[in-house]
Amino acid sequence: MSLREALDVRAAEPAEAILRRATVLDPAAGIDGVHDVVIRDGRIAELAPPGEGRAEGAEVIEAEGLHAFPGFFDPHVHLRTPGQEHKEDIETGTRAAAAGGYCGVLAMANASPPVSDPADVAALRERARASASVPVGFFATVTRGMEGRELTEMLALREAGAVGFSDDGLPIASARVMRRALQYQRLCGGTIALHEEDPELSGEGVMHEGPVSAALGLAGIPSVSESTMIARDAALAAYEEARIHVQHLSAAESVEVVAAARAAGVRISAEASPHHLCLTDEAVRDLDARRHKMNPPLRSERDRQALLAGLRDGTIECIATDHAPHAAEEKEVPFEQAAMGVTGLETAFAALHTYLVLPGVIDLALLVERLSGGAEPFGLPRPSLAPGSEANVALCDLGAEWTVGEQGYESRSSNSWCDGRTLTGRVLVTVAGGQFAYRLRSFSLGVAA
Amino acid sequence: MKDLLSVEQLSREEMEAILDRAESFAEIARRDIKKVPTLRGRTVVTLFYESSTRTSSSFELAAKRLSADLVSVKAAGSSVDKGESLKDTVATLSAYDPAAIVIRHPHAGAAQMVAGWTDAAVVNAGDGKHEHPSQALLDAYTLRRRLGSLDGVRIWIVGDVLHSRVARSNLIAFRRLGAEVTVCGPPTLIPRGIEELGCEVTHTLERLGEAEVVYALRMQRERMSESFVPSLREYAAAYQIDTRRLLPRQLLMHPGPVNRGVEIAAEAIDSPQSLIAEQVAAGLVVRMAILYELLAGGERPAPASEGGAAGATAMGRTA
Repeated sequence: MSLREALDVRAAEPAEAILRRATVLDPAAGIDGVHDVVIRDGRIAELAPPGEGRAEGAEVIEAEGLHAFPGFFDPHVHLRTPGQEHKEDIETGTRAAAAGGYCGVLAMANASPPVSDPADVAALRERARASASVPVGFFATVTRGMEGRELTEMLALREAGAVGFSDDGLPIASARVMRRALQYQRLCGGTIALHEEDPELSGEGVMHEGPVSAALGLAGIPSVSESTMIARDAALAAYEEARIHVQHLSAAESVEVVAAARAAGVRISAEASPHHLCLTDEAVRDLDARRHKMNPPLRSERDRQALLAGLRDGTIECIATDHAPHAAEEKEVPFEQAAMGVTGLETAFAALHTYLVLPGVIDLALLVERLSGGAEPFGLPRPSLAPGSEANVALCDLGAEWTVGEQGYESRSSNSWCDGRTLTGRVLVTVAGGQFAYRLRSFSLGVAA
Repeated sequence: MKDLLSVEQLSREEMEAILDRAESFAEIARRDIKKVPTLRGRTVVTLFYESSTRTSSSFELAAKRLSADLVSVKAAGSSVDKGESLKDTVATLSAYDPAAIVIRHPHAGAAQMVAGWTDAAVVNAGDGKHEHPSQALLDAYTLRRRLGSLDGVRIWIVGDVLHSRVARSNLIAFRRLGAEVTVCGPPTLIPRGIEELGCEVTHTLERLGEAEVVYALRMQRERMSESFVPSLREYAAAYQIDTRRLLPRQLLMHPGPVNRGVEIAAEAIDSPQSLIAEQVAAGLVVRMAILYELLAGGERPAPASEGGAAGATAMGRTA
């Protein structure tokens, strides 16, 4: 099974190309060296010795000094379709993904209306086949209309092609409803991805509860709002032998709960977002909702260190952006009133490279492994550069400096947490699902045909 | 300084400059003609998204005493009622080319956003539960007049710290001016991590005797329904400042309006130790000083001799 088969993408010619003398790094496949990456008919045909790759009629991309990674996979994006196309749509969102080196994304179901009906899944898939730059999969909601009361027709939704289930944006507050969904999963399959938060504890909170919220007079969201819900759902998943995935881990206590559950044999996976790995609640002191307001909120340095530890030891097996576009007018209001969420697809690799790899906090191999780790928790193939695999490649220049937003965004929205930051490392070319999905404009000019 | 958005932004020297300026305005306030021409021909806009009596009236009077033209906008009955965004309202008002916009808003950071949208000097007259810098300055002014200096003075801030922008601004200002601050209240109403602002935290009035100044905060009735405190009776029993708890040498302050018999007993409000009336009087001169610092701060002559200095300049020009 390939991403192209499992998900939906606009059809294009299969890629035929040679990445000449690329530094190839695919830790999961045990590949680390300089090769000619030969792509034939949309597949990795061969990793040839540098300068020796041959492919008739293929485009030759001089990649000496550039890095070829397996394409990144983001299991958590918001494409805002249907109903909120003023923020993003499938075309712009997947273009942003391609520009960030992603070869596949999974779209959350909290659109307007939420994706709760099998016909809606079918319609989204059709639209993706018409307009998506990279393979995209669609979640359906766990509960009808995300109201947290009744289950959706999970079996029919799966048959319509829903990749999994999630009420992301809102927690499933009722333990009874949560349990029923986990039971029903035995029938329909599909990993249930969970936005973990106790609404009673979060209350009116708009940022992490701690010294910064105390200083700013903003209502806080305590760490335990997240960790107590993860503990509840891990216990339910253990009891029902269900498969769950915890979204956007943000707190140290949450990492502990996930690690303990996994050690006890619970089928649980977890993701963390680039902004939670790079920033803390100190960033909120500027009260800039556009860049620094999201849910879960940026937390303390202790929490950030725990996320990094979890990323290193595998408690957190993938990085997910929680790409959450919002229109300017939804963010140009006082912090408490602003919409929650930041975009991340176009900057995830560059930001993590700049803030974690270059200072030596994590190594490049770990970053690449975790950026490509978002497919497996949903039963999808991990992007790989091993010969024979579907071609999913992110070709990057690790030395390129660029200022985010200076030349606009592929996304329809500009609420990037990196807006205005100068980052080091840039995606030049993306091959997704065996097709060319993106090339940086200034780079393609330099390509020898 | 273009704007006054928080006390957090102010150094001790900047605070003292405003307090010194307020002293000279206090002198003017004792004259028969209380008006100075400093801001003649300039416009001050007050934009209040929350109801307020003392803050709005004292800013308005301060602007008038400085001879500014005044435009007062209240959210109720204005285009805000019709759904206009803060950004658009500010753009509209900015078209009058105001020298200053004084804004109160129910949300943190509103004044800061406004400052980014207008060339006018922006004064934060309270933003959500974040800051209320003019209140902190007038309280510091009141104390400085009474005590000479805040250095080493022990101040207790008592009550609902969680929901109080006054508590936050005063804590920062008092600390910066050299005082030692203790915040006291029920654990549900003390924000987690507040001690990192440099105060001590306690939950009982047992050691209240250590304080030289007791600053009581307003206790709002709706806090009971949100289960922050079980009842006003229990709150008053544990935290009410009365003449039994207040020692004769201690000073009592409150930002107003007071809930008599809740956070302060009636007899304590009316006691000679109470500075509450002085705080209100200080509000006017401190707000004059704030407007002056922002709009005419570059001009050094003391405002008490403003008329004379302006006259001298005029004479200089004609000479």
